[in-house]
Amino acid sequence: MKADPSSGSPVAVPGEPKAAGPLDAGTWHRLHPLSPVIRAGRVLIGLAAVGAGTVLPGGQEGRVGIIGRLPFLGIVIVFGVISWLVTRWRIEDGDLRIETGVIRRQSLRFPLTQIQAIDIVRPALARVIGLSELRLRMGSSAGGAGRLAYLRASEADSVRAQLLALSRGSSQLPAQDPVPVSERVLTSVPLGRLIGSILTSGIAIVVLVLLLALLIAEVVVPAAVVPIISSSGAIGIGLLTVLWRRLNGGYKLTVAETPDGLRLWSGLLDTSAETIPSGRIQAVQMVEPLLWRPLGWVRLEVDVAGRHRREGENAPEGRQLRAVLPVGTREEANRLLGHILPDAPSERSPAPTSARLKSPLRYHNLSWGRNQRYAVTTTGRLARVTSWIPLGKVQSLRLVQGPLQRRLRLATIHLDTAGRSLHSAIRDRDSDEARQVLQELTGLARAARHADGAVHKPEGVPLQLPYMGWSWASRR
Amino acid sequence: MRRVEVAASTGVAAFLVLVFIAVGALAGMRGVVQAGMLMLVGVLAAGFLADRFAQRRVRAWAYCEHDDDLLVQRGVMISRLSVVPYGRMQFIDVIAGPIERAFGLATVRMHTAAAASEARIPGLSQDEAARLRDHLAELGEAKAAGL
Repeated sequence: MKADPSSGSPVAVPGEPKAAGPLDAGTWHRLHPLSPVIRAGRVLIGLAAVGAGTVLPGGQEGRVGIIGRLPFLGIVIVFGVISWLVTRWRIEDGDLRIETGVIRRQSLRFPLTQIQAIDIVRPALARVIGLSELRLRMGSSAGGAGRLAYLRASEADSVRAQLLALSRGSSQLPAQDPVPVSERVLTSVPLGRLIGSILTSGIAIVVLVLLLALLIAEVVVPAAVVPIISSSGAIGIGLLTVLWRRLNGGYKLTVAETPDGLRLWSGLLDTSAETIPSGRIQAVQMVEPLLWRPLGWVRLEVDVAGRHRREGENAPEGRQLRAVLPVGTREEANRLLGHILPDAPSERSPAPTSARLKSPLRYHNLSWGRNQRYAVTTTGRLARVTSWIPLGKVQSLRLVQGPLQRRLRLATIHLDTAGRSLHSAIRDRDSDEARQVLQELTGLARAARHADGAVHKPEGVPLQLPYMGWSWASRR
Repeated sequence: MRRVEVAASTGVAAFLVLVFIAVGALAGMRGVVQAGMLMLVGVLAAGFLADRFAQRRVRAWAYCEHDDDLLVQRGVMISRLSVVPYGRMQFIDVIAGPIERAFGLATVRMHTAAAASEARIPGLSQDEAARLRDHLAELGEAKAAGL
């Protein structure tokens, strides 16, 4: 740990952080004093939900339930205050450092150069008070996200701007008052279309089917309906939550291009503002679900490395990609794509006809293309999924050939990226072609890495898949 | 390496069947003994087959240190060829389990930022594993690339 010259005794408690004050490196800052209240507020809402459940059936029992739970609320608040008291943060030597914890004292350092994205999240309660949470997404796969919850809204904005400036490597902090940076709004989503898209999504259909089943049950065995509802209540709430999250996440989603990268705003009650620094996008994916095709709608998603699960999100949701365009027309998507990945390849070659036998459902969607910087593949059984992968971001390439593929002389090339959930593969190509493509892509990926300034050595020997020179792992 | 595991599991299964036969013989039940004999033959045959498969699989496993990339090839039924650029390697593991250690072997495994990347070389002699690890780490450092 490097010594920090400008900081005083770290134990000295600095007063209130100056609102939007200069973030001189070295001074310790506190979170906003009301943050424990907001955290407790969530618990309170949860308790209210549980309490409502217990109140419904009978009077007295319900009241006892609520009163019995009140001490919990007190404990939560006390813990919140303690955790606020022991938490502080500062910027030092290009790191964001957060110290927290009583029993298990933690000192977290987040190297700013590795920031993948910065989000500002404002839950409904925090919005009322005017606070927001700052979240750092780091590239690592395991480390926790850097969270500063909560800061005053204006302060969060300026901290975000400064962190981003530092992450780009400019050593001095930017001018104090955040200048309204030039932003070009690229797309925004109309509400009607968003609701339409949610209603035609898979989950909504599941909900509809369940409701229909319930209706039938009502007609056939009326006595069974109440137990069914009460027993499947949790599932129902879960499904509704997912739908709500989609609505909230896509509500008034606006994408803008700024010098920092892409900025995304969204949210109905809980709002969030995300920044994806340019050059941190691992892959882009365009999804055309079957039901949306007659409407001409598509969804555009980006994959960023080290995307972290949010609080209260369960694992599958955490793995979801960030939709930069939850629903939009094809032209809109293409326009946006042009901004995210300039000059992406347009022409693609379809899969050989023998692939029809191996993947009958996918066949008509299979194709791939490339240029110097990107590879593009399409696949998908019902929904057509097109993904663009910047070759400079490819971590490794794999050529896989299963038994059926061998018989049909086909092979699949997987392109592994550091993104969380997007899996892209050039499926079912002719096996000779696939070997050639593998060599070609390896060379292109190397060149793209050099072009990105990631490596110093300018040229490499083109990969020739060697037929000689293999070391056999176990020739004993 | 795999062969050893196969041989071991075959041995255990054969031993169990032998116990089964012995119990049957002690109890004086002819039917049990005969069934046990058949099972013994079956287990040995299965072990033999599994050994052949393991042998083929082990033979198919190969790696090649190319100029900028490490190539790892494996698989008989499903053949896989991984190309991992040295610059993308984040860290390298050398793993040696108890059976591997008994035979002086080790497995080298490369990790990239992508979870799907797969580059594992089992059954290396421990010296070779150490050499490969150091060599790869060196190359990885020289060619390291940002995310």
